[in-house]
Amino acid sequence: MLTKRGKEYIFTFLAYFVLILMLIPALWIIFTSIRPEVEVNAYPPVWIPEKLTLEKYQQAFFSSGVGEQTVPVRDYLKNSLIVSLGSAGIALVLGTLAGFAFSRFGFKGKDSLFLFVILSRAVPGIALSLPLFMLFVRLKLLDTLGGLSLVYIAYNIPFIIWIMDGFFREIPRDLEDAAQIDGCTKWQAFLKVDLPLCAPGLSASGIFAFLMAWDEFQLASVLTRSLSSKTMPVGLLEFTSEFVMDWRGMCAMAVIMFIPAIFFTFLVSKHLIKGLTFGAIK
Amino acid sequence: MARLKEKFFPFFLISPSVLIILFIITFPLGFSLYVSFTGYSLLTPGSMVFTGAENYITLIRDPVFWQSLKNTVIFLTIGINTELFLGLGIALLLARELKGGRILRTVSMIPMMFAPILVGFQFKWFFNDQVGMLNNLLYTFNVIQRPIIWLIRRDLAMFSILVGEIWRGTSFMIIILTAGLMSLPKDPFEAAEVDGASGFQKFRHITFPLLSPFIFIAMAIRSLDIATAFDIVQIMTGGGPAHRTELIWTYVYRVGIVDTQFGLGSAMSYVTVIISVGFAYYLFKQLLKTRR
Repeated sequence: MLTKRGKEYIFTFLAYFVLILMLIPALWIIFTSIRPEVEVNAYPPVWIPEKLTLEKYQQAFFSSGVGEQTVPVRDYLKNSLIVSLGSAGIALVLGTLAGFAFSRFGFKGKDSLFLFVILSRAVPGIALSLPLFMLFVRLKLLDTLGGLSLVYIAYNIPFIIWIMDGFFREIPRDLEDAAQIDGCTKWQAFLKVDLPLCAPGLSASGIFAFLMAWDEFQLASVLTRSLSSKTMPVGLLEFTSEFVMDWRGMCAMAVIMFIPAIFFTFLVSKHLIKGLTFGAIK
Repeated sequence: MARLKEKFFPFFLISPSVLIILFIITFPLGFSLYVSFTGYSLLTPGSMVFTGAENYITLIRDPVFWQSLKNTVIFLTIGINTELFLGLGIALLLARELKGGRILRTVSMIPMMFAPILVGFQFKWFFNDQVGMLNNLLYTFNVIQRPIIWLIRRDLAMFSILVGEIWRGTSFMIIILTAGLMSLPKDPFEAAEVDGASGFQKFRHITFPLLSPFIFIAMAIRSLDIATAFDIVQIMTGGGPAHRTELIWTYVYRVGIVDTQFGLGSAMSYVTVIISVGFAYYLFKQLLKTRR
């Protein structure tokens, strides 16, 4: 029979072991991006690298592009940042206002409208790619950052409404009333009382909106055409051609893609778990 | 006037969101319903003529369509159950008081932050028969003499894709379930301790019932994700070879976008949209019951 202490050690060890195992595929990408070419494709495999190089990162950011086939990572990064931050920001504002309205006001057909909004999220992107493509050609929105952002805003709003509605619902109305008695207008009460109390919900739904736009590939691959609007996930495909695959270049771009995602998530990680579970379940 | 303003205020707050959804999601969906009743093909001008239910009859007779639907169901069943099993197990480890617990819990979010397309490439490479890490490992430890062609044989290819999907999805399960476990009240556990309940009894009669709303929402979100899986499969096998790993959405992509048969593609996606929205309708009805 194990002592309580011994059990604790075993469980701690298991937790670390499982998580390290889970991270190996991610660590391997970072590792590959800084290895020399010959080792990546070597057979029999080479496990311990002779030297490390940042060559692929240099190519990604500072390559002249003349004479060598490189992927304009810098432009894609810029597009991705604009689309993801822009669409997440706008969706957060619109979704929060709508979530507030759903939680605080009663009106006819409210439940059906709510269900309609939430269900629209269940429509898979690829089902929309054909008609959206035709629509965007007509409206001259194809291959524009604005058009793509609009799509991501529409996709993110339902989730934000869902989370924020859950949060606003939990805030006692008295708090808001008290603020109004103290001389706040309705609008001020919303900004100064309700909103700060919903910070976990705002950060959780904001980061999810950002990640969705940052990671989305299917719609972007149909709705973007050129340097003016292609995002990172679409650009990733350019490392593959019919016969060769630039694994190292791709790994470098993957790392570049991963850094902002990890940065924003860790920035709000304290709120993230609370926001996600509380808003979604209550 | 003020009363009227009051009455329309909520609509004023909601309408921008609803208008964008109508424009980007509902309207195109309606348009594709129309297209699904025509023989529209991008390469044939003037082909947007009404052909009745022809596309729907074609797809009912198409064995590949049924095969891909079946593959999707298998994929979903294995995927969601494995994710729940692993996710719950790891969440039980992480929700304990342990050294560096906060860091571990944060680190467990990392796979979820990976773009599905990135996961696709990552595991396509991991399972690559020539330079992949898995074959390299097996070779180094003398388990195999000749490379295993993971992404070509049907079972192995399905398995490889599932590993990618599960790797990313389990992370989401862990986050929700860990948060759920940590928010459970302490009293029932202390009472059970006094009564001398075993670890398994506590899990079976206290943890599991209290955790079930969290399990429900995690499974709801993940099963919708897996049912609409596209990126990972598209990158790893593209549904091939010879439709062996074809899922419903890779097949819609092949027919609608690669072969530019918009009409038939729309019909296929319509059938699956109805299934997936119907499924979501059932799930959210359940969730709303507890909310309102």
